[in-house]
Amino acid sequence: MLDPAIIFAGVLNGLLAGGIYVLVAVGLTLIYGVLHIINFAHGSLLMLAMYAVFFLWRLLGIDPYVALPLVIGGAFIFGFVLYRLLIGRFSHGRDENILLLTLGVSIVVDNAALLFFGGDTETIAVPYAGTFVELGAAFLPLPKIISFVASVLLCAGLGIYMAKSDTGKAIRALAKERHGARLVGIDVDKLFAVSYGIGIACLGAAACLLMPTFYVTPSSGYAFVLVAFTIVVLGGMGSFTGAAVGGFLIGVTESLGGLFLGEQLGQIGISLIFILILLFKPTGLFGGGR
Amino acid sequence: MKKQIGVSVSRRGFVAGSAAVAAGSLGFPTIGGAQPAPVKVGFIHPVTGFVAYNGQQARLGVAMAVDDVNKAGGIKSMGGAKIEPLLGDSQSKVEVGVAEVEKMNEQGVAAYIGCYQSPVGIAASQAAAKYNTPFLIDVGASDLIVNRGLKNVFRLKPGFGVCVDQGIAALGALNTAAGGVAKSAVIVHESGEFGTGTAKLLGGKLPSIGIQVKELIAHDNPTRNFDNIALRIRSLAPEIVMMSNYQNEYVLLARTLFQQKVNLAGMFSVLGGGFNYKFIKEMPDVSQFMMDTNHWFNPKSAKAQALKKRVEDGGNLFTFEVYLAYTNVAFLADSLERAGSADKEKLLAALASSTFKAELMPYGPTQFVNGQNQGARAAVMQSLKGDIEVIAPEEFASAKAVFPKPKFS
Repeated sequence: MLDPAIIFAGVLNGLLAGGIYVLVAVGLTLIYGVLHIINFAHGSLLMLAMYAVFFLWRLLGIDPYVALPLVIGGAFIFGFVLYRLLIGRFSHGRDENILLLTLGVSIVVDNAALLFFGGDTETIAVPYAGTFVELGAAFLPLPKIISFVASVLLCAGLGIYMAKSDTGKAIRALAKERHGARLVGIDVDKLFAVSYGIGIACLGAAACLLMPTFYVTPSSGYAFVLVAFTIVVLGGMGSFTGAAVGGFLIGVTESLGGLFLGEQLGQIGISLIFILILLFKPTGLFGGGR
Repeated sequence: MKKQIGVSVSRRGFVAGSAAVAAGSLGFPTIGGAQPAPVKVGFIHPVTGFVAYNGQQARLGVAMAVDDVNKAGGIKSMGGAKIEPLLGDSQSKVEVGVAEVEKMNEQGVAAYIGCYQSPVGIAASQAAAKYNTPFLIDVGASDLIVNRGLKNVFRLKPGFGVCVDQGIAALGALNTAAGGVAKSAVIVHESGEFGTGTAKLLGGKLPSIGIQVKELIAHDNPTRNFDNIALRIRSLAPEIVMMSNYQNEYVLLARTLFQQKVNLAGMFSVLGGGFNYKFIKEMPDVSQFMMDTNHWFNPKSAKAQALKKRVEDGGNLFTFEVYLAYTNVAFLADSLERAGSADKEKLLAALASSTFKAELMPYGPTQFVNGQNQGARAAVMQSLKGDIEVIAPEEFASAKAVFPKPKFS
């Protein structure tokens, strides 16, 4: 039997990891909730954002956390423009076209990254990388604590924005009833692009929070996007709260599974909890009956 | 127009122009001269996928070596025949590696060189065996590669068995000199053939130097987070952590153990995928005092130093993929020279009886037994003050090892 102090440390590690999962999953679920499509380019765009953070640090010496507003803004504009110029324009309103377009974007982005950035592992060595907080048996690296706090604040901020702002309300209306939203004068096409932009901005934030403790290669986005898909389905597709709760749940499950079953078998814990939840609630934790 | 691969070709430029490489200097005959038919050689490496960097580095070595051989007049015993490279991407997938073998066989290759990853090398060389085509393993650590009785497989470099033996001997000597400070170890390895095979060997041999293995921890590729493994290591409190994994996970694990201030007498890897100049230069604090038993060039070889300069002048790192690929092309060219023909039987005989002098490497005399070069050996290195120093074998050592490493304050 594992020492309770180790289990406690494992839970903390899981929560810290979950913070990042939440951000990636929130972006994915937001895009699904509004556009009703799975964004297959999510992993590739996360990777692109991570390269942006890396080059801002490498070329301009900008700390990844200082780069947050810059990358979030840049990612929003990139997502907005990508939707306006490519996805929205060539999908002709058909969901299957959007799927193919996002898949195509991911292939192009992945290979362009390989061509221009090479396949090497790129990392950021921040001066505070070795600073940690000791909490019982847990040694929590400062960058992971910052990432966790920032992730929670960003998600809370986004939640408030979606609940209180006019744009947020319009996006929610659009997610619930597309035709009704159009009838009351909401610019649906613009809001699609805004929603896609916000989803990609979440990836920008995740990239900034990831880079002090992770690495980037042209395929590194996929390490997170698969788990994000799991979280989105687990939490309820399109549910903002579901993505947040699911992210932390998966983080802790993965961590404890690793402790009890070993790092490889630990991944079974994710599948197990995924199956169990869907067995008793097929629409996910917070999913509606769409 | 005749396109030559530059002497100091950049990796990015190389990848971008891979197709041009295959069709470039290396193959076109000059007008007016009766040129002998080029010798087609298939090069299969993972230039995309999770070890793309390593595959691209191997291709860089291939490009430079082919260029050098061809510029030096090609295969003289074959009338100056040039080597024509056919480039294949295994994408880190076994089935794709095999498909590349089949495709290149249709194009009439005389030999193959590849494949970086052991599982791909095992399957691809098996496929090549059907056509009795020589297959040179430039990188691929599993000893299964040469233990299957295949007559077409040759490995100039050491396998993980030899590397483990050397690493264990070096660690044992260091520990003895330090008064036996290390009594236990945890082995962290990737879950594939390379990591698992190496870990099993290490686990079996560490007790012979008085170090007990507390746990073998396997992880997948990619692994997002090593926090729990660090936690587990801390709770087991070993003096040594041994690592056997590919680049990304190697770097991530090292950084996590550093960030979590896990106190160890030493971190020791055998064929550590991430122990290279880039890691040591970019993370000198993390890498400081880490040790690795791996392929390494002979630092006392003028030819190796010259090649290193060429590679670095091109903006690339002189990693083991580069000089092992380079050496294997030179080895194949030497065998073609002695065979005087690309006939497979003659070439196989020339390879099997080769005494090729691998000038770049710290090897003993070349002699093949069941396709494995008996003179192959690794070097033991340590990261010291932001540089890589050879600490064993003694005749190649450039610094004295620091063991045990200072504890975190």
